[in-house]
Amino acid sequence: MNWVWFHRLASPPSFFALAERLSPWVLAAAIPLLLYGVVGGLWLAPADYQQGDAFRIIYVHVPAAWLSLFGYTAMALAAIVAVIWRMKIAECAVVAIAPVGASFTALALITGMLWGKPMWGAYWAWDARLTSELVLLFLYLGVIGLQQAVADPRAAARAAGLLAIVGVINVPIVHYSVEWWNSLHQGSTVSKIGKPSISANMAWPLLSMTLGFMLFFGWTVLRRIQAELLWRERGTRWVRERFVSLPEVSGD
Amino acid sequence: MSGPEPQILLYARDLSVARGDRVLIEQLSLKLVAGERLLLRGRNGAGKTSLLETLAGVRAPALGGVERLATLVWVGHRNALNPGLSAEENLGFWCKLNELPDTGVADALKRMGLVGRSRSRPSRLLSTGQKRRAAIARLIVSPARLWLVDEPLAGLDVEALPLVADLLAAHEDRGGAAILTTHQALPDRVAPHRVIDL
Amino acid sequence: MNAAFAIFQRELRLTFRRQTEWAQPLVFYGIVITLFALGADPGSPMLRQFGSTVLWVAALLALLLGGDRLFRDDLDDGTLEQLVLAPAPLAVAVGFKLAAHWLVSGLPLVLISPLVAGAFQLSHDASWALFLGLLLGSPSLALICGFGAAATVALPRAGILLPILILPLAVPVLIFGAGAVRVAQSGLPIDASLYFLAAILMLSICVLPLAAAAALRNAYE
Repeated sequence: MNWVWFHRLASPPSFFALAERLSPWVLAAAIPLLLYGVVGGLWLAPADYQQGDAFRIIYVHVPAAWLSLFGYTAMALAAIVAVIWRMKIAECAVVAIAPVGASFTALALITGMLWGKPMWGAYWAWDARLTSELVLLFLYLGVIGLQQAVADPRAAARAAGLLAIVGVINVPIVHYSVEWWNSLHQGSTVSKIGKPSISANMAWPLLSMTLGFMLFFGWTVLRRIQAELLWRERGTRWVRERFVSLPEVSGD
Repeated sequence: MSGPEPQILLYARDLSVARGDRVLIEQLSLKLVAGERLLLRGRNGAGKTSLLETLAGVRAPALGGVERLATLVWVGHRNALNPGLSAEENLGFWCKLNELPDTGVADALKRMGLVGRSRSRPSRLLSTGQKRRAAIARLIVSPARLWLVDEPLAGLDVEALPLVADLLAAHEDRGGAAILTTHQALPDRVAPHRVIDL
Repeated sequence: MNAAFAIFQRELRLTFRRQTEWAQPLVFYGIVITLFALGADPGSPMLRQFGSTVLWVAALLALLLGGDRLFRDDLDDGTLEQLVLAPAPLAVAVGFKLAAHWLVSGLPLVLISPLVAGAFQLSHDASWALFLGLLLGSPSLALICGFGAAATVALPRAGILLPILILPLAVPVLIFGAGAVRVAQSGLPIDASLYFLAAILMLSICVLPLAAAAALRNAYE
């Protein structure tokens, strides 16, 4: 197998150039998918038999929740590459993904709470999905906190990466333990934030939103990696050559 | 020079050492042969400790590699003495950690001038000079051929200087080698064979 | 193996040299439990219901106590460098260090649990569930605290960051541990929860010492 592409990818200037070329396309692909998802979800799909129009929030809630998990997994994968191969791009990826993933988790929680109000009359109930998302948010915040606390940027990214790796093993365990915990509570208010039985014209916008979110996630992360890379490499020649008017680098 | 080729004990290839974002050392290659005393010299912050740590294996290099062709003993800038344990206990633990018999510990400490209560009191009660002596006593106990010592004379009392000088000389005569760092001029007794300025 | 036992023995020796410091997690445990009881209505049946939670959360917090210091002393005095350079794998050294930490901080909590279970009027089955749960769960908690300590070793004042890192990782142990007690109170068998705790323990033993060793090496970058 020819590993040249892998090594080329690992070099900051080539990755930067690649990301620069790629990101407009990613965003361009995301926008129509998101548009169709929003229009399809908010207007085209018929109102739910039981929940009326309130169910429409799943068009944001489900993709956000999916992305929160996907994001953590991506962060952990980047962390494995960063810790084992000490690749700068991977380190930047860990740092870049964490806040984005945390935001999607928060979005999933907020939309979950907004859905909760019409569903069971209260903004919060300790249902399995919401509680898992909450723990996932704490896991993200831990990664972000650790990365910000360590002085040296590369060591910070790797320490946060190690935490992400341990955390990603924990995520399925937390998920199933919270479900078990929830199932002990007999006769609880029925959680309708499970998988709703879904018809075709409800499903396509949902799929579209999910893909759109994923592409948007990809675009955001690419841009953030680029920004992180520029900051870290600000003293190097390739950065100076690319952005001629950068001011003199101070000792900081 | 006549005689057989001196044996290479340590070999660094295109070594780059970085501390965070700052690259301290770039593309350094060096060979250390038996009987040699190498000094890494430079002002504070130049990267001597980081380089020595990389040569020892405490720190990973940013680029390049280090091949250690002999066993190694590391005496860092900090003495690796737990304040709650005595010098004897600390060294005994260190021996067991490195799979060495701890029978030589008492003698080694005695040679470094630590006898009686200074050997058995918790090491937080020792003076700076005594602690440094205890740390250096490791070199006596260890059979390793490579000595990597960070700032050997820092904190050491003046009377111990001849001890260290003799230790180094005897070690090199036996075919060992040493890499030392310093930020000040070394007294003549401890003068190195080769210097690298950073 | 000699090296590993030397590490284990050194930890024990250091702990007992510091005289009564080994008892501090126990005292903390007692104080926290008392606080919860004081915050509630003394005769209330709620105490029995919440007993499982209180006893587990207090144990978790007590184990967090000694966590901060685990590796910082070794980093500061230079011993960590020697551990890194030693022939034995760093993960093994870390594992035995954490084992000693559990023996001193965690095991007393397990042994005292029947007493505190009585204070919350837990039934015999529930007390037994608490004891077994803590026995299987506290080593996992000790390992998690060790990993957190390793990840924050170079931070001068990790402060509240360390609990923030550790507590989400400890959620499954808490759920199954406290869950076991509640299940026992309902008269159901506790096997499932104990099996889960044992599985988490096995996973922790395999993964966390390695992760902690990697985090410690990271401190030298």
